Amino acid sequence: MNGWTRISAVVDMRDAPTIGAALQVDALSVAYASRTGWLHALDNVSLAIPPGGVLGLVGESGSGKSTVVLALLGLLGPSAKVEAQRLAFDGHDLLRNAAIVRGRRIGVVFQDAAASLNPALTIGTQVTEPMRVHLGADKRAAWQRGTELLAEMGIPRPAQVMHSYPHQLSGGMKQRVGIATALASEPDLLLLDEPTTALDVTIEAQILSLLDELRRRRGLSMLLVSHNLGIVDRLCDSVSVLYAGRLAEQGATTEVLHHPRHPYTKGLLAALPRPDRPHAGRLAPIPGGLPDLRAPDPGCNFRPRCAFAAAGCELSSGR
Amino acid sequence: MSARFDSGGWLARAMGRGRGVLAVDRVSLSIRTGEIVGLVGESGCGKSTLGRLLLRLLPARTGTLRFGGGMIEAQADRDFRRRAQVVFQNPDTSLNPRQTVSAILQRAVDWFDMAHGAAAVTAEIGRLLDLVRLPRSYADRYPHQLSGGEKQRVGIARALASRPEFLVCDEAVSALDVSVQAAILNLLRDLRDELGVAYLFISHDIGVIAHIADRVAVMYHGAIVEEGPVEDVLHPPYHPYTELLLSSVPLIGKGRTEATALPARRVSPDPGASAGGCKFAARCARRVGEICDSVTPPLQQVGPGHAILCHIPLSELAAVPHWLGTQHLSEERPR
Repeated sequence: MNGWTRISAVVDMRDAPTIGAALQVDALSVAYASRTGWLHALDNVSLAIPPGGVLGLVGESGSGKSTVVLALLGLLGPSAKVEAQRLAFDGHDLLRNAAIVRGRRIGVVFQDAAASLNPALTIGTQVTEPMRVHLGADKRAAWQRGTELLAEMGIPRPAQVMHSYPHQLSGGMKQRVGIATALASEPDLLLLDEPTTALDVTIEAQILSLLDELRRRRGLSMLLVSHNLGIVDRLCDSVSVLYAGRLAEQGATTEVLHHPRHPYTKGLLAALPRPDRPHAGRLAPIPGGLPDLRAPDPGCNFRPRCAFAAAGCELSSGR
Repeated sequence: MSARFDSGGWLARAMGRGRGVLAVDRVSLSIRTGEIVGLVGESGCGKSTLGRLLLRLLPARTGTLRFGGGMIEAQADRDFRRRAQVVFQNPDTSLNPRQTVSAILQRAVDWFDMAHGAAAVTAEIGRLLDLVRLPRSYADRYPHQLSGGEKQRVGIARALASRPEFLVCDEAVSALDVSVQAAILNLLRDLRDELGVAYLFISHDIGVIAHIADRVAVMYHGAIVEEGPVEDVLHPPYHPYTELLLSSVPLIGKGRTEATALPARRVSPDPGASAGGCKFAARCARRVGEICDSVTPPLQQVGPGHAILCHIPLSELAAVPHWLGTQHLSEERPR
């Protein structure tokens, strides 16, 4: 324990926190090269997360949610063209060099915990690796801290689990290990890409409580990427709704999800079957499908599916 | 009906050391003509196995299956295959990528001898596409030229090719985005009304079940722990497992404090555990004592068609909070 305190003190001196937004994304655009031309996955997306804030990024498949996460981490491959006015985390330019903070000050939890854990290494090896690589912790201190982290994640018999392999754990436990690993380097920002989508609803509720507890206790900033509006409402202060690579609506959670203004957000909420409204008549699907990302619409890209489309909608993307 | 999966290789089995998993344990379920019964539960609870047992796609170890007044033998005949069909979760893997929509549908039409002669077959394929609201021009497309929702419509059309009386929909909308899922749910409900088909609608999403089903069966660990009309199952008294499920659903407008759910005991169920006692006892927050581990709980009748498998008296179960009761958003519903 003492060994650990010393390590984190050293780290804190090295990166004195600056004041302002933890994460600032201004006008982020990402295009992927394809055989038939550029695929505009993200178009002029701006986001900000204040220190300790939790932002929900919602959208359906193909909306570009995961591309945002990969862009923040600098993990987009050479086929991607990334442009932004600003992509900054606590003073670091993520556009130029995300590797400095990736995995160290920005932690990531992916959807499929089973796939992000190495099946051939023990849980202990994987949970302690970030501490040894990023914080230079010695093996014993890291192992002890790892055990503590697992206990903090609500994993029973943590000392024993440290010696287990991923296949010996259930899906919910693997996701807890995934979160523990992301937290091991004491990050300030946690990126969560559909962290509970692969889990059963009762396990999801436990993971959400855990995340809620973490943000309250550690003041961690989070970006929660999800297609599930319910969990975003449960966890996030503010929400950004993505549609086909563009922001449709953005604001406080209570505003966006309880009093939606954008026709797409309204549509998503009206299409959602809810257990508290059995047999609530017909659901209202959103007609049509995603627009062709190769030919970005100069006007509003939701226009072809929008019930409120009017003259002028084809002129500008309408902020 | 029951189903047991034997685990371990042939060697272990030959040496008598194979350890089986009782996936479905003496479950009884009845579905009326044109009725939609929702089957909800978490992964590994035996939902899909039960669906396959009802279709005789898996051999049952015990129990009988009656369908339309007749007994269905363990080896189902073509007539039963015609009358009972299935829609799978993932249209990407259940449609042959090398066949056009018309070839996919024609295969089912031919197999069940539903039309004779090229013109009649084409007309039948047209009828199926009309049923699932796809343009007839889609007959020449390949699955990769369709969106997820369109692919699932083809899967439904194929299941309807034999004019079945009963469909098992196994997570049929789970792979779809909500905006598309809503359209497929509406379609399935319309088809029930038009054709009078009965569904066993398997889903892990209780919102979907609440929307589409007339009756619900809640499954845990191979047993149906609560069954009844949708409105009744979503209201107290709940089975403690139904309560855990409902309290865990992150509902928009439910608020943060309430949503923290029940302190479910974090014990993962051991699927190899012996029968006897309540299957949910190890995770139950309302466990009453030794009796839960050793004695099979009684099936308590709550109301007409509503039953709960639990030792706890109904009066006590009725006193738990109504997890879906507060409808903050009822007036603010968009559109």
